[in-house]
This record gives sequence, C-alpha cells and structure tokens, in this order.
Amino acid sequence: MTIISMLLPLALLLATGFILGFIWAVRNGQWDDVDTPPQRILMDDLDSEIHPRG
Amino acid sequence: MGSPLPSAQRETFKYDDSIVKKFLIATMIWGLVALLLGVFIASQLADWKLNFGISWLTFGRLRPLHTNAAIFAFAGNAIFAGIYHSSQRLLKTRMASDWMSKLHFWGWQLVILLAAITLPLGITQGKEYAELEWPIDLLITGVWVIFAVNFFRTLAIRRERHIYVAIWFYIATIVTVALLHIVNAIVIPVTLFQSYPVYAGVQDALVQWWYGHNAVAFFLTTPLLGLMYYYLPKAIKRPIYSYRLSIIHFWSLVFIYIWAGPHHLLYSALPEWAQVMGVVFSVMLLAPSWGGMINGLLTMRGAWDRVRRDPVLKFFLAAITFYGMSTFEGPLLSIRSINALAHYTDWIIGHVHGGVLGWNGFMIVAMAYYLVPRLWKTKLYSERLANIHFWTATLGIIMYLLSMWTSGITQGLMLRAVEGSRLMYPDFMETVIRLIPLYYVRAIGGSLYLLGYCLFLVNMIKTIRSAPKNIEDDVYTATPMGPFKHDFETENSHRFLEGSANIFIAYTVIAVLVGSVIEIVPTLDAHRYIKIPDSKKPYSPLELQGRDIYVREGCYNCHSQMIRPLKAEVMRYGPFSKPEDSVYDHPFQWGSKRTGPDLANLSGKYPDSWHYYHMKDPRLVTPKSIMPAYPWLYKNKTDMDSLSKKLRVMQQLGVPYTDEQVQNAVELAETQAKGIATTLETQGVPKVSDSKEIIALIAYLQTLKPLELP
Repeated sequence: MTIISMLLPLALLLATGFILGFIWAVRNGQWDDVDTPPQRILMDDLDSEIHPRG
Repeated sequence: MGSPLPSAQRETFKYDDSIVKKFLIATMIWGLVALLLGVFIASQLADWKLNFGISWLTFGRLRPLHTNAAIFAFAGNAIFAGIYHSSQRLLKTRMASDWMSKLHFWGWQLVILLAAITLPLGITQGKEYAELEWPIDLLITGVWVIFAVNFFRTLAIRRERHIYVAIWFYIATIVTVALLHIVNAIVIPVTLFQSYPVYAGVQDALVQWWYGHNAVAFFLTTPLLGLMYYYLPKAIKRPIYSYRLSIIHFWSLVFIYIWAGPHHLLYSALPEWAQVMGVVFSVMLLAPSWGGMINGLLTMRGAWDRVRRDPVLKFFLAAITFYGMSTFEGPLLSIRSINALAHYTDWIIGHVHGGVLGWNGFMIVAMAYYLVPRLWKTKLYSERLANIHFWTATLGIIMYLLSMWTSGITQGLMLRAVEGSRLMYPDFMETVIRLIPLYYVRAIGGSLYLLGYCLFLVNMIKTIRSAPKNIEDDVYTATPMGPFKHDFETENSHRFLEGSANIFIAYTVIAVLVGSVIEIVPTLDAHRYIKIPDSKKPYSPLELQGRDIYVREGCYNCHSQMIRPLKAEVMRYGPFSKPEDSVYDHPFQWGSKRTGPDLANLSGKYPDSWHYYHMKDPRLVTPKSIMPAYPWLYKNKTDMDSLSKKLRVMQQLGVPYTDEQVQNAVELAETQAKGIATTLETQGVPKVSDSKEIIALIAYLQTLKPLELP
C-alpha cells in the first residue's frame, strides 16, 4: 500500500487547492450576496444590452 | 451591478458561439455511436453469435469502446459545449482564445477517433475507462491543458466579478480530471502500442478505482451539475431554489467525492481500513447529492404546468430525478452487506446506466433542445417529436434498469445460495442461462432509448436546417470589472466568521475532513510491506505474453480475478485472493463484473487441452456458454520480438527478473511453448503449432492460483 503515500499527498494537495479557492472566494466577497447572482443570470441584459443588428 | 455607467466606459463584444455549435454537433454524432455500440454489445450478451467471429467485434474489445464513447465522446463533447456556451455568458466575455478553443475541439475529436481505431484492435492498457494507450493519453493531457489554459484565461478577463456556482463546478472538473488522468496513466512504454503501469496489484487497483470513481464524479457529475445550475434556471426562467444550498452542495461534494473510490474494491485484497474509508465517504455523499437534487427539483415548484408541456423541462425533471435515484443507489450499493450481493453482477450495470442514460443523457438532450434553436436562431422543429423522444427513452431506461436489477439480484442470490455444506448452483452456467431472457429485455430497452435518440437527431437536423441563412452574432456590452473593495476588510476577520454562520460551518467541515485524512497517515505503516513468499515467482516470458493477450482481448470485461472471503465464494472458487497474489501484476486484472466465473484459481482446474478447445469454441466443452470463440488465437503467431523488452520494463518496475532471463526471454518462451504443445498432443489434440498465441494464453491461464500461505 505504498501507493497511498502518493495518493494521500495528492488528495491533500487537491484539498488544499480547494480550501485556498474557498478562502479566496470568501475574502473576495463572492458570497456576501447570495440573492442577486441567481437572479442576474436570468437577466442577460441587465448589465449588458443586446443590440440587434440592422 | 449598480447604476448604469456612461456608455464610454462600456465595452462591446461578441460571444464565440461557433465553438459551441461544433461541440454540440460532435455530441449528437458521438452519442449515436456510443448508443449503437451499447445496443450491439448488449445484443451479444443475449446471443454471442452477433460478433460474427470477427476479433474486433467481440464484446471484450467493443465494451471499452462503448464506455469510452459514452463518457468521453458523448458526455465529454456535451460538457464542453455547455461550458463554452454558459461560461462566456456567466463571465460576460468571449473565450480568451478562439484558436485554443478550436485546438481543444479538434484535438478531442482526434482522441476519440484514435480510441475508435485502437480499442477494437486490442490496443489497450486493460484498466476500465482508462484503456487508451500512452500516446493517446499524452494527447489527452495536451488537449486538456489547452482547455484549462483557455478557460482560466477567460476567467481572468471576466467582466462579472461574481463567479456563479456553475463556474465553480467547471473549475473543479478541469483541475481534478487533470490530476486523476495523469496519476492513473503513469506507465512505462514497451512499444508505441503497449505499456505497463508503474503500479501493480492492490496498488494499481486502488489508483484505478480512485480514478474510476472520480471519473464518474468529476466527469459525469460535477460538470453536469454546473450545467444544471445554469440551464435549468434559464429554461424555466426562475432563479435556482436556493443559491446558498448550491454553494454548500458544491463544496461538500468536492471534498467528499475524492475518497469514495475504494467502494469498488469491497471484500477484495485491499486493506480493510481503505475499504471502510471508501464506504464512509460514499454514504456521506448522499447528503450533498440529494441537496443538489432537491435544489433542482424545488426550482420547478410552482411551474409544474409548464413542466407538463415543455419537453426541455420534462427532460430536466427526469434527469434530476435519475440523479437522485443514482445517488441514493450508489451509497446503498457501497454498504458492505449489499455490496457482497450486488458486486460483480448486472445490478452495477443497471446502476451506471441509470446514471448515464437517465441523468447524463437526459441532461444533455435537455440542454440541446434548449440551445440548438437559440444558437441557430430558429424554432424547435417539433415539440411533439421531442415528447415522443422523452417517453420512448424513459420507457427504454425503465426496461433497462428493471431487467438489470432483476438479473443482478437473481445471479447474486443464486451464486451465494448454500445448502448445508454444498452450493445449490455449483455450475456457473446455470446462473448465466437464467439471465439470458433478461439480456433480451435489456437489449430491447437500450434499443428503445436509441430509437428515442434518433428522433432527437431528426428533430435537431430539421431545426438546424430551418435556420436563417446568415446568422450574425449578437453584440453585447458590459462594463469592465472594477477593482475589488470589500466591506469586511476593515473589520476583524474573526468577527466576520462569527457573523457568518454558514461560512464558519463550512470552514469547520473542511478542517474536520482534512484532519481525518491526516489521521489516517499513521495507520499506513502497518500495511506498507507485503512479504512476498519465495514460492511467488514472476510470470515466465511466455506467461507474460499470454497475459498481454488476456489484456488485449479484454477478458477483464467479463471475468474477475478476485475471490472474496465470503463462504459461497470460497466454496465455489477456492481460497480467497490475497494482496500477494497480484504483486507482480502490471496492470492488475481483478475485474469488476462476472459475466463468466472468477478465474483467480483457474490453474490446474482443467487440463491444457480443455483450454485449447474452450478458446476455440467454448461450446465444445461448456454446451450453453455465451462466451465468444477466439479462432484467431490459433492463427496468430505469438509475438516474440518484444519479449526481452517487456521483461526489461518489468524489471525496471521491480519485478525480480534476472538479467539472464531478460536476455534469454525468447528461448525460455520457446522451450515452454514446446512443452505445452507436447502436453496438448499427449492429451489427444491433433496438429498443435507451438508458435501460436493460444499456447501463450494457456501458459498464462494455468498460472492463476492464489498463494498458499503458511
């Protein structure tokens, strides 16, 4: 089972990556507002307007 | 957000929809291929003669092509289509590089094409869903890196600061798949078409299923969940039920999934602590999975009238329901007592098809029904046809699942039935015959699904044909992303944590998980060394060659080499398998399905002549066998040219071959082959040629024996 000495650090590395991602997201204020984002994707032209050609 | 800025600060841009269209069309084509292959090999199990005696049409070679096509070609292209379409819109920017997108597309199609050529030829690494040989593996790595660079550059130049939850799912997919693929594909090449993995036996098994299960997790689950979080709200024109829940869903899923793999190896020679870890994580997965399912289903609340009419929503509803069903069944099957019955049977086949046909397949067609009319700026050709597709495919899945559940439980119960000190069905064939009617039902179910898929294709072709001649891309405008200013940066961050209970809980969960993984480290030493007894000899050159033929023919698709320490199993096959048995096996061949009996204790069970006739036509010795015949093994000459090189590679991997053996590999093989030919002749087989592949295969099959430990 020596293989675990490779898989484990790799999994930990991956987990660390995810943790850093998570911490970054929190610090970046990604989830300060969880009400607007789900609405925003429905309104593609709220912040950007479609300009039909012609 | 906020008040609109003066137009001078706004940027105009177009999305790259041509790449999305390319991936969508590839999805439609490869989906058909994957399903056709599936129906074809399912029919072969009902009637073995359907391989027409052609080597590259046999079940063992086409089943890997079917699984690879379904996962990497059908689901793969669909995922890329969805990611390219939704990411550009969610990030409010065109993909960073058009040529990288194109390279990704054509590179991926090349991978699929190479798979479609090599797998039927028997060029394989012999590990499930990772069969492709090393040059193709390298190509996959290259293409994936291009995709990743393009995606992360796009993320960097986004105009929307908030990263919507779907993007998080895509990120996890891209990072994790890269890691899994590279780790599982580490091999030493022998030739351009062959390689041996650096891992052997129990270690190879753990890496393979760590990969194998996470391929399900991070290729067939996380990206499709990302697609669900984008396309379901878009299609139903309502926000996701709970965005908060979707964030929790994401983070808990990515932290738990990675250790669920060992549930594929319960009761095997894998150390028990690793098995238990797999079970614990698998059972835990129920919570985030169902959280996601509930989130999807509740998004539809109050809009059931539209679900009843709109085929897109209908497919979404069924897909999410199948997701819930599969993610309930998964943890259930990973419980040891249930696994003891279900493992190696068709129940598992039913389980994966519930996931792939129901969850993935329906998500993909739902996305296509939604996207194609929008991208080609036209209307769906026929809603009626889409509804017929839905009901045909659903009926097909139901027939598929019911037949496989029945088959799995039937065979599981028959194989374990013991009366006093004897097996109630000692003849394995008896259980196989019982299942054949169910194999017909399964083939019909699969055909219905395929029929529905063809209706879908007709609908798509007609829709695309009705598109206006010149489609111009829409022009969008948005303000660039400004510098970030956070409210809490002035505050004490601990107070911030206390104030946000959810985030605090998430931190705690992560800490606990990492802690428990670290906790496991000290237990590792106990399992570090397997004492290899002197009686364990590496394969002779001829046996190694025979083993390569075993791998080439894909025998592992129907035969296991892992006797579990269960009463009925030991009675049927003999002493249970131990880690020592496969210590020189690069790759391991434990298998995952017993369409035929286990082979771990095959040696000496039958004389050489039995194997000789059996491989020529299994029905000569086992009248009702459904195994294909392998007549080409009697025509092909055993490849002796690369034998020394193979032994040299094995030596590098730590298999104790002497330099003498490596140098004299060919002579050793020839001598052994002559011996087997002579034995066959004394057993009454006329006209035996010692240079044919069958001799090498017999040599290998006669080595399969669990070690007898003092």
